Amino acid sequence: MSILHDLIFDYTLRNVALGSMLLGIVSGVLGSFAVLRRQGLLGDALSHAALPGIAIAFMLTGTRETIVLLLGAGIAGWIGTMLFMRIVKDTTISEDTALGVILSTFFGVGIMLLTLIQNQDNANQAGLDRYLFGQAAALVASNVRTFAILGAIAFVILIAFYKEFKLLSFDPDFAASIGLPTRALDILLTSLLVIAVMIGLQTVGVVLMASMVIGPGAAARQWTDRLLTMLALAGCFGAMAGVIGAVISVQADRLPTGPMIILTLTAIVLISLFFAPKHGYLPEYVRQRRNRRTLMGPDDISIDEAHEARERGAA
Amino acid sequence: MMSPTMVILVTGILCAAACSLLGTFLVLRRMSLMTDAISHAILPGLVAGYFLANGPNLLIGALGATGAAILTVTTVEALQRSRYLDGSSAMGIVFPAMFALGTVLVSRFFSDVHLDTDAILYGNIEFSFFDRMFIDGRDFGPQSVWIMSTLLAINLVYLGLFYKELKITTFDPGIATMLGFSPVVVHYSLMLVLSITTVGAFTAVGAILVVALVIVPAATAYLLTDRLIAMMGISVLIGSLAAWTGFELALRIDASVSGSMVAMLGAFFLLALLFAPRQGLVANMLRHRNNVKRFAVDMLLMHLWNHESTETAGPESTLGHISAALRWSPDHANDIIDRASSRGLVRREQDRLLLTESGRGHATTLVAD
Repeated sequence: MSILHDLIFDYTLRNVALGSMLLGIVSGVLGSFAVLRRQGLLGDALSHAALPGIAIAFMLTGTRETIVLLLGAGIAGWIGTMLFMRIVKDTTISEDTALGVILSTFFGVGIMLLTLIQNQDNANQAGLDRYLFGQAAALVASNVRTFAILGAIAFVILIAFYKEFKLLSFDPDFAASIGLPTRALDILLTSLLVIAVMIGLQTVGVVLMASMVIGPGAAARQWTDRLLTMLALAGCFGAMAGVIGAVISVQADRLPTGPMIILTLTAIVLISLFFAPKHGYLPEYVRQRRNRRTLMGPDDISIDEAHEARERGAA
Repeated sequence: MMSPTMVILVTGILCAAACSLLGTFLVLRRMSLMTDAISHAILPGLVAGYFLANGPNLLIGALGATGAAILTVTTVEALQRSRYLDGSSAMGIVFPAMFALGTVLVSRFFSDVHLDTDAILYGNIEFSFFDRMFIDGRDFGPQSVWIMSTLLAINLVYLGLFYKELKITTFDPGIATMLGFSPVVVHYSLMLVLSITTVGAFTAVGAILVVALVIVPAATAYLLTDRLIAMMGISVLIGSLAAWTGFELALRIDASVSGSMVAMLGAFFLLALLFAPRQGLVANMLRHRNNVKRFAVDMLLMHLWNHESTETAGPESTLGHISAALRWSPDHANDIIDRASSRGLVRREQDRLLLTESGRGHATTLVAD
């Protein structure tokens, strides 16, 4: 039980595991809505769009304070989202192309600004690029506190607008017809995802964030048809992936935390996709075979008999 | 003999041409994000190639990467068979997993060798002059130029051979199947060519530039034209222009070349988004405003026509009353009246407004509609 002991008493492991767990819960719950609305890759676009925000926040303030940089990231990600919505609404460009445009151009500008900062030989800049791949192993208690506050804000808003978000996800046309401001709600729900991305940037980084947003929700969807259960499950799966990934990477030598969290999460997703009793591939296959057998059924009834039976019924 | 800057520029432009040609079809087929997925997912393939060849080997690395790319495409398509997982979510699960696997392999087994993940994202087009191709010890010039010319040639041949099939399966898969073209074969051939292009371009210029060059020029061209052939031409042009201006920008401000090229692509897209003649945001806004005014003129005509031969015609047709009855601000009312009188539909008589003959005619057609 030394792992359990370490989880509670080892300062580094405790912070890494707690931080990753918070990320898993927040991105799992908020990401579930993105999965349901078939906007899974919005999280990917958001996290890429956040990069120039980090660079600009640093250029403006000159600090490496996590909260300042994350705020910059959040603002840039939010601007990216608004631009994405405008492109989809006002032009004939499809959603996936709009996401691709936002994702790649914002990220390119971010890389340009980061290299610009690096080449100016500013001694203070070291470590800005850790947001690319995340650095969960470097999480400290103050980061975890920031995460908890950000997560709490997101959850308060989510609870306050739960009913509206639910309707928006399942039947946006009906929501509009009963007079809900669907556009504003859409913006609000997407903005909440920005919060998840802010937490994720420091832990798993830009590239792997897509999986943190989609994975828990996609796995949970296989087990249940109820939204509340799905959200709870997604939170649990996200937390599990965070803690298990963190523990594995600390136990073994040279296994980076972010990627280990993602690999754990992928394992959970694959297990759910294949074995979940409700919608998993395997149970579905078994059910299909059983149905086929029942349908072909005990072959003691001949075509003639069936024909007779029908004539009798008609008469 | 090309100078180092010339090599970077030529590599960039060749890459832009190869990627944006394919990008046109990906954007039209709503599959553009597949290139994002592929460009990240090839990392474990590169690592496997490095492992098998016991060191950096271009050919084996490229084979491993292409294998990983094909694995990604097929896995994504297998996963999205589930009714509860759409294509983009399947993609978002597969490629981070592959990338994470690649990162773990790198840090576990190759942390001491040169295969760092930063280079995979930014690429090192800056050093393309120094990566030279040697055959039998003879220097045949920069590798990146050779790779990108080959890829461009492959893409041109592919598009030349399958242009008709691509076009028809893209715009109407139903008819294509009916005529005996297999959308599935076309789809997988396109994915194969995309995988090869992504892998090749990626070793030359890095993941972000590949993704941007596939998606952004085609999206920009899509805003500007409705014709397939024009869209291909415009995207190649925009891609090349961004490669050139981006390079100049990078030299001026001393920043990453591929990052600056992507930034220029973004700038071109933004320009098109704002000012495209038919779809642009400005054109949309003007059209909207124009419609509002046209409708307001119609409202004015209807109002006058309604009251024309009644006893309230006098008071109803004063300027002040019109603006009150239609709930228009006096400025707006004046603006609309000016528009209507310049079109010869109304005329002023002291403070009253009267329909002209053509105004009356217009109002009757409005009622008839």
